[in-house]
Amino acid sequence: MTTKKITPGSIFLYGTLAVLALLFLMPAYMAAVTALKMPGDISLPSAWELPATFNWGSFSEAVELLKPSFINSVILTVCATLGSTVLGSLNGYVFSKWKFKGSEIVFTLFLFGMFIPYQVILIPLFQTLRAMNLYGGLPGLILAHIVYGLPITSLIFRNFYSQIPTALVESARLDGAGFFSIYFRIVFPLSIPGFVVTSLWQFTQIWNEFLWGICLTRHADNPITVGLAQLAGGQAVSWNLPMAGSIMAAVPVLCIYIFLGRYFIRGLLAGSVKE
Amino acid sequence: MREASLDRLKAFLTLLPSMILVGVFVYGFIGNTIWTSMTDWGGSGALALEPEKNFIGLANYVDLFTGFLGGGFRQDLVNAVYYSVMLLVGAVGLGMFIAILLDQKPKGEDLLRTIFLYPMSLSFIVSGTIWRWLLAPQGGVNVLPTYVGLEPLTFSWLSSQASILVFNWQDILRILLYLVSFVLILIGLFAMRKDTGKAMKRWLVPGIVIGACVWLFGSLIPDAYMMEEEHGFNMATLGIIMATIWQYSGYTMALYLAGFNGISQDLRDAAMLDGASEVGYYRYIAIPMLKPITISAVIILSHISLKMFDLVFAMTGPDNAETGHPALNMYLTTFRANDFAQGAAIAIVLFLVAAMFIVPYLVSQYRQRGRR
Repeated sequence: MTTKKITPGSIFLYGTLAVLALLFLMPAYMAAVTALKMPGDISLPSAWELPATFNWGSFSEAVELLKPSFINSVILTVCATLGSTVLGSLNGYVFSKWKFKGSEIVFTLFLFGMFIPYQVILIPLFQTLRAMNLYGGLPGLILAHIVYGLPITSLIFRNFYSQIPTALVESARLDGAGFFSIYFRIVFPLSIPGFVVTSLWQFTQIWNEFLWGICLTRHADNPITVGLAQLAGGQAVSWNLPMAGSIMAAVPVLCIYIFLGRYFIRGLLAGSVKE
Repeated sequence: MREASLDRLKAFLTLLPSMILVGVFVYGFIGNTIWTSMTDWGGSGALALEPEKNFIGLANYVDLFTGFLGGGFRQDLVNAVYYSVMLLVGAVGLGMFIAILLDQKPKGEDLLRTIFLYPMSLSFIVSGTIWRWLLAPQGGVNVLPTYVGLEPLTFSWLSSQASILVFNWQDILRILLYLVSFVLILIGLFAMRKDTGKAMKRWLVPGIVIGACVWLFGSLIPDAYMMEEEHGFNMATLGIIMATIWQYSGYTMALYLAGFNGISQDLRDAAMLDGASEVGYYRYIAIPMLKPITISAVIILSHISLKMFDLVFAMTGPDNAETGHPALNMYLTTFRANDFAQGAAIAIVLFLVAAMFIVPYLVSQYRQRGRR
């Protein structure tokens, strides 16, 4: 490393980065400032100014309004993440260590499910859930998220398990370990980071999902994204509430991102089919 | 030996439930939607338990592409094309630029990376809500210049009716032929380096001939549509594109940054010793080496731009037709207007467009895995 000196190059570098960082933080600043204003103080020309008096009331009001959908989202996200991660782990184990004839084709067919625009399965999904008496409530939504989460979780786990040396599995087999005992004694204990990465990814995706939330649930079972969209919908809203609601809907994933960022980024990279 | 085959059976049985689920929920459902798109299922009885469905062939598609009411859909399609292209250029370009800056290892790199990537963790509904406020006509972004003593902007971000780059749908055949000629010439120019003769014969000459023919005799090509119908890129879509680039350039940045970090320091030092400048290093070595990353970024972003629904929904609501998107149109047609068959047809069009580049991508990935 050369010693850092002030050169035109480094001025350009830090200047550009500072401007870009400000641009990227702009919406967050705007949301926070607006949420903290008194409804009467919000006007378009002074939108950027700091509030004269801090009004925390918007948050308690938003919590009041969004609490049911927030709880729905917590239940939905925890259950669906758990289900799709466990299944994905088993699938990834088979795809990487127990390849059979045609397993690669099956895997590719799985991956395709990750890339389809979900509009194409929306109508039969709606019909099927209705026929199964699961339409409108959380169980149907959980089922949908588990099934359509399978491609990505299987992919992440398959890539993760391919780093475990096959020799380890082979020697365990010579020692008489079978399919499940290899999984529970060797593969599973090694896959805690894999579980962290995959569940963070799934948690984020499911928490942020909107299309199924609005199409497949009734009002009482709406997830937080739908609750927020209804809160922010309509033109004549006082903007402190939707902004406080946005912050509330963003906080769980933002916390994950800030405190477990390393795993979040690994999930991001793993999701790009990079092998 | 017998135990080994028992284990293989267990492995297969473990995978089986997922295979069945994916088979039914992905492939079965796609088939079902194709079937639905060829029926007349809709109207007031659409939500009945045993709705009446009659097979009507491709009529729904014909309606979408030629019918009077399909005009909105065609505008959405045009929007989606511009939207995808601008999102790709913007998010890949900006992401790559930020990654190069961060690759210089500035102080506070970790903090900066966190700042550039946080939008990615947000829901489109959250960012859409915030951006709608930021792009409010007399506030937000538009009043920013007043803080340095300038006049406020007057651009109506999400409500503008102005449309640029307008084309007439009657000319669609001519435009497609121009596109073919352009692609042929482009491939030809790339192939020049390897085998000039073949490139000329196979790509360049046919490309130029097609282009010239359309230019000279274009008026002989029949109009694709009976009526004149003009659609273009709506300025109102700009706000949505800005928000999406804001949300996704951090993602491409992360991809490229991981790629840059994977290039060995030795290679970089060697290039520097050979006299490559910073710019030259990225232009001739680093970025070409990361071609696979660029390809997967393009695939993922185009797939995201094709199913873009939440952000449009949150920013302009279902009401502003100027910023429409087929994905939003599909939702409105199906669940607001109860026209399930027409909605299914829109979904299938979206699906076919997506499949056009996802299938080749997955096939090439599959081949790569097979080689190893």
